[in-house]
Amino acid sequence: MQLRPALTERDINRDLLRPVLATPIWFYFLLGGLAIGVCTAIGGFAWAVNHGTGVYGINRPVMWGFLLVNFVFWVGISHAGVMLSAILRLSNAEWRRPATRAAEVLTIFALGTAALHPVFHTGRPWRIYWSMPPGYDFGRGIWPDVRSPFVWDPTAISTYLTGTTLFVILLLIPDLAVLRDRSSGLMQKVYGFLSMGWKGNTRQWKLQIIAGFLLSALILPVFVSVHSIVSWDFAVQIAVEGWHATIFAPYFVIGAVHSGVAGVISVLALLRWMFRWENYIRDDHFDALARLMIVVATAWFYFLVIEFFLGIYPAEEPEISLRTLQVFEWPFNATFIVFLLMGYFVPVPLWLFRRVRQNVALMFWTTLMVNIGMWLERFIIIIPSLMRKQPLTFSWGSYNPSPIELILVAGSFCLVFLGVLTFSKFFPIIPLADAKEGVALETHVRVGKVMVPAAYREE
Amino acid sequence: MAGRSVLGVFREVDEAVEAADKLKENGMDNFEVLSGTPFPEGAFGEKVANHRLYVWPLMGAMLGFSLALLVTAGTQLAYPLVTGGKPILALPAMFIIAYEGTMLGAIISTIIGVIFESRLPKAKLDLYDPRITEGYIGLVVVAPEGEAERVDALFKAANAADVQLEPAS
Repeated sequence: MQLRPALTERDINRDLLRPVLATPIWFYFLLGGLAIGVCTAIGGFAWAVNHGTGVYGINRPVMWGFLLVNFVFWVGISHAGVMLSAILRLSNAEWRRPATRAAEVLTIFALGTAALHPVFHTGRPWRIYWSMPPGYDFGRGIWPDVRSPFVWDPTAISTYLTGTTLFVILLLIPDLAVLRDRSSGLMQKVYGFLSMGWKGNTRQWKLQIIAGFLLSALILPVFVSVHSIVSWDFAVQIAVEGWHATIFAPYFVIGAVHSGVAGVISVLALLRWMFRWENYIRDDHFDALARLMIVVATAWFYFLVIEFFLGIYPAEEPEISLRTLQVFEWPFNATFIVFLLMGYFVPVPLWLFRRVRQNVALMFWTTLMVNIGMWLERFIIIIPSLMRKQPLTFSWGSYNPSPIELILVAGSFCLVFLGVLTFSKFFPIIPLADAKEGVALETHVRVGKVMVPAAYREE
Repeated sequence: MAGRSVLGVFREVDEAVEAADKLKENGMDNFEVLSGTPFPEGAFGEKVANHRLYVWPLMGAMLGFSLALLVTAGTQLAYPLVTGGKPILALPAMFIIAYEGTMLGAIISTIIGVIFESRLPKAKLDLYDPRITEGYIGLVVVAPEGEAERVDALFKAANAADVQLEPAS
């Protein structure tokens, strides 16, 4: 464990509110760059709406392309956030403190961005409300089939997005009160309104702590259900080889956790580097997260292998042909090798070394690598399966992403990072109350010749 | 009981604990502690009123489950089209949406419950000091009629950094 300098509440306010109250100039340039990326994507989508979905590379039979690969990827990233924050809260892990809000905020923006992809994919944004209960178009005889996963999916995603957003807002209230007390003018009025008259009395703090536990316990099952339901978008389709597998739900959930926790580590590394938060996001936090990653990655790899072998075990010709296409035929053979190396075989052995786990730059690059690998995994699941002739498509096909799809995928990355950074401009992305509680309850005990940090825990 | 609120602001936790002890010695044990950090319950010897937060998620879950069942069953019954040979009211499919509805209801009602039980939102802060979010501890007590000055002196004796009295009505 790493010892850190003694921090007062004033130090914590000063350090963690620096991006909000004294935003550096480079931050605005970064936001501007990301905004240009988002605007380009908006232009690309406007083009698609104007010209129709023919501007995408999708065709018959490959009706799902990069946009749905990216959809599954972002839903996956969104998972770790709340999963990580909820499990660490419920288990009272001391090292959760700097990671929880960044993880939750990443969830919100990743999930919101994911939810845009079906809109991009269908190319008819004015009709998307047909799939949502509040927007059922009864007047025109539009009756969604609740037996379809395409109705389950928006229901689950909207539940998760609503729950996570409210969770973040509720736990933000004490920090908004700090901002109210530290700002002036219009912003003071805004933060005063948002903090709802929070004073920080014992009852309010007690309810905040209970809410953290209670909502974590409520959101965890939703988190499991969301990616299970996303997997059923594939698994309930009996006609597509490679998709119709009962193992898909847990396989997708653990894959989402793998990519999501990696995403959180990348974001934490970036935040630490950008805002010089070495005293808050410490090397031992990365160490703990990397240990968690080893377990998660290995569990995911187990499911990957099992899914593959369950596919080929019945030795049915179409399934064997599909697996041959995925593993041995160009360009999927190269993609498959890169996916395995980046998703597991390079990062996990590296994380076995403490020196790597405690090296923030290496943790950033290895977790980035995991997410490149996990993006390719979704590509390998979706595209080769659709390229083959199916009972209901009657034709073979191939897929090349169009420039518009590439622009939308790149724009989605800009949108998520723009969202996270904009949040950090207006709200503390490391929870002040959590950081202060950690300091208030922390002490150091002497064990032999060394001082060891210890924390009081209220049961 | 009519009275005047008095806020004492303390730099150190120990000073606030000492002032709280003195308040109790003087029969004023119904004080409120304000802090920028969630201290362990009872750290200042304060009383914490009971809450009914646990009722909220239960009520919300039941409401969410019922609404979700109503929407799924209602939608299917309103346009009974058989697809894939499945029954019109397919329970496994309805359960998925009912599950999400249940959880959404529980989450939303928990949030509302926390806000309600925390006695928020409040338009005015009344007696408050911004230094509380910087590490100072605030003690608020409603002093009985004519006792406010005595509480003021008591807080000052406990080394309060500042004492605020509610304007006399």
